[in-house]
Amino acid sequence: MNAKRCYGAPPPGVDLSKLSGALIVIEGPDSSGRTTQIELLADWLRQNGYPVAHVGLKRSRLVGKELERAKGGNVLSPRTMSLFYASDFFDQLENRIVPALRAGSVVLADRYIFTPMARDAVRGADREWLASLYSLALVPDAVYYFQVSPRTLIDRTLNAHAGLDYWEAGMDLGLSRDWFGSFVKYQRMMRLEFKKLQTAYGFEAIDANRTIPTVHAGLKGRVRGVLARLYPSHQVQ
Amino acid sequence: MTVVANQTGVLIAVEGLDGSGKSTQVNLLHHWLAGHNLRVHFTEWNSSNLVRGATRRGKKGQLLTPTTFSVIHATDFADRYERLILPMLKGGYIVLCDRYFFTSFARDAVRGCDPAWLRRLYGFALVPDFTLYFRLPLETALGRILEGRPRLKYFEAGMDLGLSPDIQESFRIFQTRVMDQYERMAAEFGFISVDATRNVHDQQQEVRRIIGGGIDLARYRSRSPRRR
Repeated sequence: MNAKRCYGAPPPGVDLSKLSGALIVIEGPDSSGRTTQIELLADWLRQNGYPVAHVGLKRSRLVGKELERAKGGNVLSPRTMSLFYASDFFDQLENRIVPALRAGSVVLADRYIFTPMARDAVRGADREWLASLYSLALVPDAVYYFQVSPRTLIDRTLNAHAGLDYWEAGMDLGLSRDWFGSFVKYQRMMRLEFKKLQTAYGFEAIDANRTIPTVHAGLKGRVRGVLARLYPSHQVQ
Repeated sequence: MTVVANQTGVLIAVEGLDGSGKSTQVNLLHHWLAGHNLRVHFTEWNSSNLVRGATRRGKKGQLLTPTTFSVIHATDFADRYERLILPMLKGGYIVLCDRYFFTSFARDAVRGCDPAWLRRLYGFALVPDFTLYFRLPLETALGRILEGRPRLKYFEAGMDLGLSPDIQESFRIFQTRVMDQYERMAAEFGFISVDATRNVHDQQQEVRRIIGGGIDLARYRSRSPRRR
């Protein structure tokens, strides 16, 4: 059974009955290993003969440029930023995700609606307003939330970038003038927000503190189960 | 010195079909209020600098779906609402809006967006104190546009809806449906109808009578010297 649905009414012009394939979402903070794991999953899926499509945030033709510019200078109000991200999301939903599912592909989404929802909620957006805004989104066939301990996150982030990113440290929130302190507080707020979203939207938590091969093996097992349901005639090694 | 915070301004919106003459009327109203040395601010639909680039690109490349069309216009509105409209209202200004969220409620609903979703999307914004609805028969509005400005734009004519391959015919059908939405909203939001078939002067007299009679203009007198 492969019936796709949206959280609320579908976007006008999207015919859910024409969709098949699989929508698999990986969520989690930067440096949690999302991108690495998505690449490994994509390779494995292609080897098994599945067409794969990649999507991620801020990649739309429509507003990608404005989002980059807005991030450069802190000029947009949180709500304007929310709506800009939502425009980007819907552009990708309708112009990339939906066509890929119509073609029966496995869509691997490097973050989905949950990261923007969590970011906006910690910046004071009304949660019901956010839920309504994103109610047009397709319900994914699986959402894996990569959880990392604060210690691991700090080690990996500092190791990878030799410093902290202004936005990932939540510096715009004025939590602390010290970047490290702000990062720790901000990531804690995001974790709590994700926990709320997890209860509301039901996603599977993945312990991403472990090594790359261990996480990959665990993910493969879960994805195999999803695919067995969605592509019953397709054999996977 | 005492600082009076959160003074209440007045929010006035004008709505109506393309060709209803509402922009001319709100422009004249703006001049009249400013001429009386009142605190007044004017803002237009789809005019935020930050958002304009994306909107233009989307329209030019015909990249917009009903949903992205709607959300990108909401982005523009939110930017102006939070940076200008709301602070101006709190600062005790009369804020004049050439189109407000009703434009989205009408056009986006015609494009198939769920009316309840649209109302929640704009749920953060105040309903205007006065919404002047410039009402006229469809044929009159169509005539004004189709005579004076024959080069219609793709989204303006609702071409994305595939109503007709002929752009003028598409515009005609699209405007018919938009008008239907406005008519339905008139009662829901208590629009004040202005008969937009009359000459510009007569309409303006009525607009000034409505606004002048509805609010105590003296409360909005500017405290700073008048700029010329």
